[in-house]
Amino acid sequence: MLSIKGLKVKLKDEDKQILKGVDLEIEAGKVHAIMGPNGSGKSTLSYVLSGKDGYEVTGGTAALEGIDLLDMDPEERAAAGLFLAFQYPVEIPGVGNMTFLRTAVNAQRKARGEEEMSAADFLKEVRARAKDLKIDAEMLKRPVNVGFSGGEKKRNEILQMAMLEPKMCILDETDSGLDVDAMKLVADGVNALRTQGRGFLVITHYQRLLDHIKPDVVHIMSDGRIIKTGGPELALEVENNGYTDILAEVA
Amino acid sequence: MAEAATKQTPTQAMIGSLEMPQGGWTEAARKDALSRVQAVGLPQRRDEYWKYTRPDTLVQPTPEAASLRSIEEAALFDSTDRLRIVFVDGVFDADASDELALEGIRIERLAEATSDLHWARDLYGTLETRGQTPVARPLAALNTAFARDGVLIHVTGTPSKPVNIIYRRTSETADAMLHHVVKLDAGTELTVLENGPVAARFNAVLEVEVADTATFHHVRAQGRDHEQRAATHIFTRLGTESTFKSFTLTANGAMTRNDCVIELTGDDATAHVAGACVGDGPDFHHDDTVFITHDAVNCESRQVFKKVLRNGATGVFQGKILVKAGAQKTDGYQISQSLLLDEDSQFLAKPELEIYADDVACSHGSTSGAIDEDALFYLRSRGVPEGPATDLLTLAFLAEAVAEVENEDLREEITGQMAAWLERHAA
Repeated sequence: MLSIKGLKVKLKDEDKQILKGVDLEIEAGKVHAIMGPNGSGKSTLSYVLSGKDGYEVTGGTAALEGIDLLDMDPEERAAAGLFLAFQYPVEIPGVGNMTFLRTAVNAQRKARGEEEMSAADFLKEVRARAKDLKIDAEMLKRPVNVGFSGGEKKRNEILQMAMLEPKMCILDETDSGLDVDAMKLVADGVNALRTQGRGFLVITHYQRLLDHIKPDVVHIMSDGRIIKTGGPELALEVENNGYTDILAEVA
Repeated sequence: MAEAATKQTPTQAMIGSLEMPQGGWTEAARKDALSRVQAVGLPQRRDEYWKYTRPDTLVQPTPEAASLRSIEEAALFDSTDRLRIVFVDGVFDADASDELALEGIRIERLAEATSDLHWARDLYGTLETRGQTPVARPLAALNTAFARDGVLIHVTGTPSKPVNIIYRRTSETADAMLHHVVKLDAGTELTVLENGPVAARFNAVLEVEVADTATFHHVRAQGRDHEQRAATHIFTRLGTESTFKSFTLTANGAMTRNDCVIELTGDDATAHVAGACVGDGPDFHHDDTVFITHDAVNCESRQVFKKVLRNGATGVFQGKILVKAGAQKTDGYQISQSLLLDEDSQFLAKPELEIYADDVACSHGSTSGAIDEDALFYLRSRGVPEGPATDLLTLAFLAEAVAEVENEDLREEITGQMAAWLERHAA
């Protein structure tokens, strides 16, 4: 599904190398988790994959189902099936949440040469999905993320994911700012989408989220590289002992 | 005086090129207006009030030609039931207009209102004259002197639908001058809609007298016409507990100067004036100039202006709130903002407050900014291409000004028109 080989990335305006050769293969239907200390490059990886400006790829490749991602505009990557749930979802005053969702859904459909969704079908679909995530009609009407609580913003991300039905989902610290109940709700949303064929990359600091979204593979990232890969037990090891042991072991 | 002598030349040239309608009840007002123009002269570059807007093309005797382009677009306000009054190149078109009759108002054309004891006699040019101090507005006086036509509306009840003045343009050189007068009796209500490209050059005056507890709504869409030039003035005076709300949408136009002069003379009155403007290209220049005088207790005024500028367009805002001594409990608000889509475009703002009362709340703010890159990336990451994403954020930026239009249907029509304009730009 997602194939990253030797990915090296630096900041565009600064002489600072962030990713120093990342290799990662995520198979269809699998959930991979990336953990690692602050500043290890986890969020940069998610931004580079989704096409955010400000980074320069200096080496390596990243492909989704064999198609090179790195040459595409962000909207093309989205239409190809990539989705990033933001760590800090952006507030957009003046743009209604519903308008935003419908524009996005139909833009992707159009890009893929599919028929646009009718207003009635869209409404039916979004209401059903919103209900599962306990998002009420009022939240759908409000401007995108404006005045939303931390939990509401994250649920809104998952709603977008559910509506856009991507092939490959990246969740960037989706657990940050969530209380236990909200985390459960978000995890349920993700698990509902965890059908055959959909790949997940979950970036997190904590084991907590991984209790709810059970990963198949766990990677530890440090200083721009993946330094260790293992099963779910690796996340538990981090939770109990921190990163120090693992970092020492690799060094 | 040497200065007056140099000013006379273009002024005299302009006056010499115009013909004043003779006789009738407007004659005295026209002659007065002419002497006002002669006394101060037409605007020129060194006038402080024209510091940011070059008046040259507005004061030369013959307008610059404006080429006609056939722009296919859904006519605005088509889904609104309204009384239509159509002017083509500034000339009334009876065939295209509805019958000038509507319950609750008396409506007629300036050119045909001949009765000597006309109700508008005490109003025509009166509010314009009041609006000449403390700042002279000679183009408005020129209009009072020479306007050949316009619409006169006396509101005596609450009509069932709005009056829509529709402008169409078929000539590349027409120089139109129209003078509208609206008088609302106590407790009445009226909505006036104006839309369409008028002429190669347009000089407009709208005088509105709002009596106690009356309500006037004005929604205007200045046509999407790249080369047209316009100088418009609105003069209004508000009585006790009355309401005046005006919104203007402008898209393109080589030169547009919209003056709005509001006098709050009765207690507890409300005046809102707002504008949304989309400017594209180095020959686009748009100027909103507002002067609000608070001369009564507990009045509220509100100015909301938003401009989107790109490809070297220029936007200007001059807004002043004057609170006279004794106008206590005044609530004055003013915001002007621009969204600059590139580094070649510019926004010039001059917010002013002058306050002589000690128990007032006045605030003003002005900002210029680029598109929010984070919001743009967020939209693109969801699959919305850069063009439509920029349009969506642009509409969102303008939405705050459009929100000033109280009627939901009209608000949607305006929003739809803006969206269509932006889409066509993208194509």
